[in-house]
Amino acid sequence: MVKVLAGRARQVARAGSGATIEMDCEKQSVSGSVSQRACTFCGSRVVLYPIADALHLVHGPIGCAVYTWDIRGALSSGPELHRLSFSTDLRERHVIFGGERQLEESLLELIERHSPRAAFVYVTCIIGVIGDDVNAICRVVAERTGIPVIPVQSEGFQGSKKQGYDAACTALMSLVGTGEATGISAHSVNILGDFNLAGEIWIITEYLRRMGVEVVANITGDGRVDDIRRAHGAALNLVQCSGSTTALALAMQKKYGIPYQNVSYFGIDDMAAALYAIAEHFKDPTMLARTRELVAEEIAAVLPVVQECRAGLEGKRAAIYVGGAFKAISLVKALRLLGMRTVLVGSQTGSPDDYQYLAELCDPGTVIVDDSNPAELSSFLAEEQVDLFVGGVKERPLAYKLGVAFCDHNHERKLPLEGFVGMANFAREVKASVCSPVWQFAPRHQVRAVQEQTCQEVAR
Amino acid sequence: MLDHTPLPLAERSALTINPAKTCQPIGAMYAALGIHRCLPYSHGSQGCCSYHRSHLSRHFKEPVMAATSSFTEGSSVFGGQPNLLEGLNTVFTVYKPDVVAVHTTCLSETIGDDIPQIVGEARRQSIIPEGKYVIHANTPSYVGSHVVGFSNMCTSMASYFAERIETKPRSTDRRQVNIVPGFVDPSDMREVRRLTEATGLAVTMFPDTAGVLDTPQTGHHVFYPEGGVTVEELKNLGRGVATLALGYWASRDAAVEVENRADVPREILDLPIGIGGTDRFLKTLAFRGGQIPKALEYERGQLVDLMVDTQQHFYGKKVAIFGDPDHILALTEFCHDLGMVPVHLLTGTPGKRFAKEATRILGPKAAGANIQAKGDLFLLHQWIKNEPVDLLLGNTYGKHIARAEDIPFVRVGWPILDRAGHTLLPTVGYNGAVRLLSRMLDALLDRRDRDAPEHEFELVL
Repeated sequence: MVKVLAGRARQVARAGSGATIEMDCEKQSVSGSVSQRACTFCGSRVVLYPIADALHLVHGPIGCAVYTWDIRGALSSGPELHRLSFSTDLRERHVIFGGERQLEESLLELIERHSPRAAFVYVTCIIGVIGDDVNAICRVVAERTGIPVIPVQSEGFQGSKKQGYDAACTALMSLVGTGEATGISAHSVNILGDFNLAGEIWIITEYLRRMGVEVVANITGDGRVDDIRRAHGAALNLVQCSGSTTALALAMQKKYGIPYQNVSYFGIDDMAAALYAIAEHFKDPTMLARTRELVAEEIAAVLPVVQECRAGLEGKRAAIYVGGAFKAISLVKALRLLGMRTVLVGSQTGSPDDYQYLAELCDPGTVIVDDSNPAELSSFLAEEQVDLFVGGVKERPLAYKLGVAFCDHNHERKLPLEGFVGMANFAREVKASVCSPVWQFAPRHQVRAVQEQTCQEVAR
Repeated sequence: MLDHTPLPLAERSALTINPAKTCQPIGAMYAALGIHRCLPYSHGSQGCCSYHRSHLSRHFKEPVMAATSSFTEGSSVFGGQPNLLEGLNTVFTVYKPDVVAVHTTCLSETIGDDIPQIVGEARRQSIIPEGKYVIHANTPSYVGSHVVGFSNMCTSMASYFAERIETKPRSTDRRQVNIVPGFVDPSDMREVRRLTEATGLAVTMFPDTAGVLDTPQTGHHVFYPEGGVTVEELKNLGRGVATLALGYWASRDAAVEVENRADVPREILDLPIGIGGTDRFLKTLAFRGGQIPKALEYERGQLVDLMVDTQQHFYGKKVAIFGDPDHILALTEFCHDLGMVPVHLLTGTPGKRFAKEATRILGPKAAGANIQAKGDLFLLHQWIKNEPVDLLLGNTYGKHIARAEDIPFVRVGWPILDRAGHTLLPTVGYNGAVRLLSRMLDALLDRRDRDAPEHEFELVL
């Protein structure tokens, strides 16, 4: 039986037959654990980073800027200023005497050279401790340069990425509503919580265009400052990756009365459901007809690929460990479409409701984990005889060490995995890894091959 | 659109753009992984630990284990003592390491946590089991760079364990040298050991990540792989006839510490990258009682043969080198020995010694060269725009510049995030130099083939 850390017993459960599970999630990682979680700064950086024509200045020692420098896809159809790494690179003397002058000079110099449409200043751990008045500096620089200069309160110690998402949403709210919102269609949306890691936003935007829906701002992917400033003119907010941008959607609902809809663009079922929900929201019969046509057309194009890949994947066992639970839910469904069974599913930041839903969705016996760690994950992977692990950067080497195929569904993905076409890409990618001939050389599979052969011989 | 670097050199005082260094803690974490059954421990917010593990994983293509204090708002006000005590308790209860290597972060340094005092408290509360060790290094992120963090953790290994050993070695004992290998790959550490043992000397290498971050596929995730220097070995550093520090920045302080504590003389050398560096390394081993075997002379001869066979392709070619100071200096010497002209040398790590050493190596060629410590890749890019080069040597972060300026690019150093194999194939030693030379040659000649007009495009080069 897998050893679970004391104090984590209530963060691990198994899906039963309809019984209620109680997950003790949304808590801080235990000190001393090898947690897979990141910090508040990381959360803020993830949400705001894809705004491509803004300046992103990390105020603090060099590390925070280095580890978030161009490490994830945030594809831009135009400017790429966001892909540079700007840091005030605080040194010992600044820790003693303060880094305000450093911050002000950096901002002025960068804004003059690169003419960004706005600037975000990320506050890191020690800034609060040394007492820099970042808000005041941002105000001064905004006045001098005439562009919005927005502090992001993202000190790492505030907690996990979740707190960082909220800080980013607060920063975004200071931009929303500062632009002219005229000439916007009644059938219009903002796209929240998609990061355009590998070009997904362009797929979704194209679907929406075909449906007759205007996209005002794709806030968190291929983002533009001016679009965000007029985002309050949209009729509906579409929220994917609920963990990161629900706070923004709620704030916009409260301030501007814009309703929001939770969507997932991942997998055929959820993608279609998202588009229908949008069409139904606008109560436009012709749009609904166009959507039906679009869905039918796209599914027809994708199904043959899914069928073809399914042949090699039927009956294989999958494990999922991702940041947000919403994605995990879509993944369970998508893997099911490929004939695969999810035997382990977990997330870093799921809520009790998310886990309850997962428990109902998954087959009985599926292990459900919150804020897991490598020791726990690798024991589960081995015990559950997993064939595929879907996860992020820290999970990849773990899977490979165990001899398990892997699909990066996080920020190191290189193919768009959203939309109908994304399902085809996902199917191909999963197949490519699961069916790679290299596994036959991995000891784990050699052992299994011998076992299977023995079983067959015994059966004979 | 990725190229935002203007041609005229910008005067900058307050800002780093596209860094050529990172912060101390990640270097300390890497060093600590080179201790057998050691769990690195990051005393700070959980993001630091997560970032460092991810970053190291991307370079080594291996799972990297480390624990974190997971600071909260409360710890940033009242201090991190409760977190560290709870953390050590969790670590020893659950992960059962032999050694915990605590490094600090900017946050715990700024709030002033006194690690030895807290560890003492942990001992009083019996949180640290009998026979287990907790060592620490102060690694403020706002001082030095990742190289300094590495050096600080190495030094800490010496200060916690090295002691004077009075008993005379028996005549049958093999002579032992201690080696601090520098911030290099496990493949390099493995090669340094092979070379040393080939001379008949016994070696205690610290840290040693061979066998930790280059392990075979076994179907198991082993939390503490077989590699790494043991505490037993560290306690016996005093038996060494000398401590060789490979690389001034990454290794010197640790060797000095061994000398101070255990009375073992230090030898500060360059990284044994290229022919000159490897020669001096082996000469030092010979001076300390090693016998250079024929096999190594043969390897050297093969390298020289390759250098002779290919000299026409290197002579006069301009090269820019960036990364960590120890790497740059060794690479500069090798490029210089090949007849190339190193025109831009840049590290993000501070230190006046860098320019002095680079100038010495370049000799008359130094006059026209740009040499900069505490620089960033924005500056390097500006230099290259103003004076183009034929080849760029450095870590993965050079790829933006290589693409913008269309320069052949050979990845060497740390981190390499977009290629694999470097953790298994060494850069140090004569064989490492052969590999390096051949990659540089491939890059130059691939470019020549690509750019050659049809009538000059030839099978034989």
